[in-house]
Amino acid sequence: MTEWKFTAKEFAQTPELFASGHRACAGCGPAVALRLIMKAARGPIIATNSTGCMEVVSTIYPYTSWNIPWIHTAFETAAANASGIETALKVLKKKGRIKNEHVDVVAFSGDGGTFDIGIQALSGAVERGHDFLYVLYDNEAYMNTGIQRSGGTPMGAWTTTSPAGKVIPGKLERKKPISDIMVAHEIPYVATANIAHWKDLVLKARKGMEVNGPAFLHVFAPCPRGWRSETAKSVEISRLAVETCVFPNWEAEDGEYKLSPQSKVIALKPERKKPVEGYLKTQGRFRHLFKPENKHVREAIQKEVDRRWQKLLKSCGIA
Amino acid sequence: MAKVEQKTVPLNGDTAVAFAVKQCDVDVVAAYPITPQTIIVEKFSEYVANGEVETEFVCVESEHSAMTCCLTAAATGARTFTATASAGLALMHEMLAVTSGCRAPVVMSVVNRALSAPINIHCDHSDSMAQRDLGWIQIYAENSQEAYDSIIQAFRIAENPEILLPIIVGLDGFVLSHTLENVKVLPTEAVREFVGIRGVPLVMNHRGEMVPFKLDPENPLTIGPLDLYDYYFEHKRQQEEAMRRALEVIKQVHDAYAEQSGRSYGNGLVEPYRLDDAEIATVCIGSTAGTVKTVVDELRDNGIKAGLLRMRAFRPLPVQDIIRCLSGKKAVAVMDRACSFGGNGGPLFHEIRHALYDVPNKPPLANYIYGLGGRDTSPYMIDGIYRDLQKIAETRQIKEGVQFIGLRE
Ligand SMILES: Cc1ncc(C[n+]2csc(CCOP(=O)(O)OP(=O)(O)O)c2C)c(N)n1
Ligand code: SF4
Ligand SMILES: [Mg+2]
Repeated sequence: MTEWKFTAKEFAQTPELFASGHRACAGCGPAVALRLIMKAARGPIIATNSTGCMEVVSTIYPYTSWNIPWIHTAFETAAANASGIETALKVLKKKGRIKNEHVDVVAFSGDGGTFDIGIQALSGAVERGHDFLYVLYDNEAYMNTGIQRSGGTPMGAWTTTSPAGKVIPGKLERKKPISDIMVAHEIPYVATANIAHWKDLVLKARKGMEVNGPAFLHVFAPCPRGWRSETAKSVEISRLAVETCVFPNWEAEDGEYKLSPQSKVIALKPERKKPVEGYLKTQGRFRHLFKPENKHVREAIQKEVDRRWQKLLKSCGIA
Repeated sequence: MAKVEQKTVPLNGDTAVAFAVKQCDVDVVAAYPITPQTIIVEKFSEYVANGEVETEFVCVESEHSAMTCCLTAAATGARTFTATASAGLALMHEMLAVTSGCRAPVVMSVVNRALSAPINIHCDHSDSMAQRDLGWIQIYAENSQEAYDSIIQAFRIAENPEILLPIIVGLDGFVLSHTLENVKVLPTEAVREFVGIRGVPLVMNHRGEMVPFKLDPENPLTIGPLDLYDYYFEHKRQQEEAMRRALEVIKQVHDAYAEQSGRSYGNGLVEPYRLDDAEIATVCIGSTAGTVKTVVDELRDNGIKAGLLRMRAFRPLPVQDIIRCLSGKKAVAVMDRACSFGGNGGPLFHEIRHALYDVPNKPPLANYIYGLGGRDTSPYMIDGIYRDLQKIAETRQIKEGVQFIGLRE
C-alpha cells in the first residue's frame, strides 16, 4: 500500500492539474474522476487520452484543461501512446537528454477505448510491461458519439445501438469482466474504484503510479447525459453501485484479490447488500425494465450481479 | 569524390536499412514483422540483444501500435524509426495521418509489397501509393545502396525544424530487400555527425509562452487536441507549406550527403538518366530504373535517343523538375507499379500528366502498368515501351493511353 497520507484539507490544496473550465456536462462522473486522479500525482507526469468525451471536453484548441504535458492520438491508442512515451523517457534519460529523475505516465480511456477498440493495444502494452497507469473511466457507453453500446454497457441498458424496442429490451449481453481480464494478464496492480469513495480512488491512483510496471484502474463514472439520470445524483448513483454490488470496489496486487473497505462491509454483513432495483430506478436507461413484461430482465440482472459478487468473494478468499 | 573513407560490405536492402538505423543513434524503434520487411526487425533485434545499439526496441503487438508508439515517442523528443510493408502499412493508415498531423518526424522504411487480396508477398507499389495524401514525404530507392543512403538522409530531413514531417523510404520488396549487393557504408562517427542529435524547435503553448515542441514536464504542452473549423484548416495549410519547403531541404540534405559520401542521385528529387538530349523517355520509380537504364544504354548504342526520369521523391512532388526534364520530349511513357482502379491510369501517371498540363510544349504521354504482385519486368518488355514511344513520336498519336504490360490478356 502507498505511504501517502493526507487530510481532506491537504488534498484540496494539491495542484489542479486537470483545470476547471472544461466543457463536460453538469454532473459528469468522468470529469470528477480525472480531476481527483490528477490531484494524486506524486511528481512530474505526462498524460494521454484516447478519443472520447474527456479528450473532447478538455482540449478544444486553443484552450486546454491540462496543466501537464498531454497528448491525444486516436481512439484505440491510449495504451500504445503510453508505451511510446514511457519508452522514450527511459532511453532519453539513459542517454542523459532529459533531466527528470522520474516521470509518471498515465493513460486515460473510456469504456469504448478499453473494452472494445483499444483492448489489443492495452493487452500488448501490459504484456510488454511498460511502467504506466492505465485509467479506464467507465461511463458504460460511447458517450462522445451519442450513447452507443460498448462491451462495458450493462445488461438491460438502453443505448442508441441497443434501444429498448418492441421485441428486444435493451442490451442483451453482459458487461465484459475487463478488470478480471487485466488481472489475468498478471500485471502488478489492478483496482476498481468509484467517484463516491474519493479517498479510496485517489489512493488507488497513487498506488498505480507508484507501482513498477503496468497498473490498471477501473473507475465507475456515471454520465447523466447517457444514463438519463439527474445531474445532482452522480455521486449517489455511484454509492448505490457499490451498495448493490453492481460495481464492487476491490484491488488485486500481484494477482491477490482484496475487497476494499466499502465492499468488504457488505461481504461481512450480507444484509447490507441492497437489491439492484433501487439502483436501476435512478437511471432512465433502465426505465423500460419496469414495464411488467420486462420483469424477467430485472431478475436476470439481479441474478447476474449476485453471481459475479459470489465469484469475487471467492477470488478474495471470503466465500 | 568522397570526403570520408568507406567500407564495402555485402548487404541486402533490409540489412542495409537496419545498419543505417543502427548508425543513426535512433532512440526508439517500434516495429512488427511482415514479409519482406522482416529481416529489418530481426536484424535490429539482434543489435539490441547484443548491446550494439543504445536504442529501445518495442516489439509491439501490431503495426497500428508500432506507428502510435513511434508517434508518441517522437512527441516526447525521441528519434524514432519503424519499418513495414503491404498489410502492415495499410493497418497503419489511420495513424499515418495522425503522425503527420502531430508533426512527428518519424522515419519509416516501406519494403514495397502488393496489397491483398489475393494475398501476395511480392513487390509492387500499391501499399505506399495508397498512402499518398497522408502528409508523409515519400522517397524511393533504386538499389540497396540508395536505401542505406536515404535512411540516413531521412532523419535529417524529417527532423529539420522547418519540416517536421514523417518520411517513408520505399524500397522494392525482394528485388532489393532480399538481394545481396555491395553497399558502401560510412563510418558510424560520420553518420552520427551527419544526423546530429535530434533537436526540438520552440512553439507557442496555450499560455502564449514559447516552449519546446515536446511532452516536457517542465513546459506543459497539449498535443493532438480537438481542433474544429476555426483552426483545423490553418493547421493543414501549415503541413502543406512544410511539404513545399521539403523540396528544398531534400535537395540540401542530399547535396550535403553527396559531399561526404561521393554519391548522388540526380538533385535528390529526380534522377534523370541520359535525358538531356533524349527524344523519347520513360518515367519510373524504384528498382525498375536499373533495368530501364540498361535498355536505354542499348538503345543509345543503336542511335536511338532514349532517356529515363527516375522519380526519387514522390511526395512532395517535384513539379518544376518534371517540367524541366520532360518538356519538349517527343514522347514519354510513365511506368506505374500500382493501379488506381477506375482512374485514368496509374498513380504516377496522374501526377506526371498533371504536372505537365500547363506546359505548352508538353510531350504526348502514355501509361504502362507493370509488375503487379512481383511480375517480372524484362528488358525486352521495357524495350517494347521505347518502340511504342518511337511510333508515338513519329505519328504524334497515342493509340492506347493506358496499357498493361507483361500479363496474359
Ligand atoms: C477508429 C475510430 N472509430 C470510431 C471513432 C468514433 N468515436 C469517437 S469517440 C467514440 C466513443 C468513445 O467512447 P468511450 O471510449 O466510451 O468514451 P466516452 O466518449 O464515453 O467518454 C467513438 C465511437 C473514432 N474516433 N475512431
Ligand atoms: S456526455 Fe457524459 S461523459 Fe460526456 S461529458 Fe457529458 S456527462 Fe460527461
Ligand atoms: Mg464511455
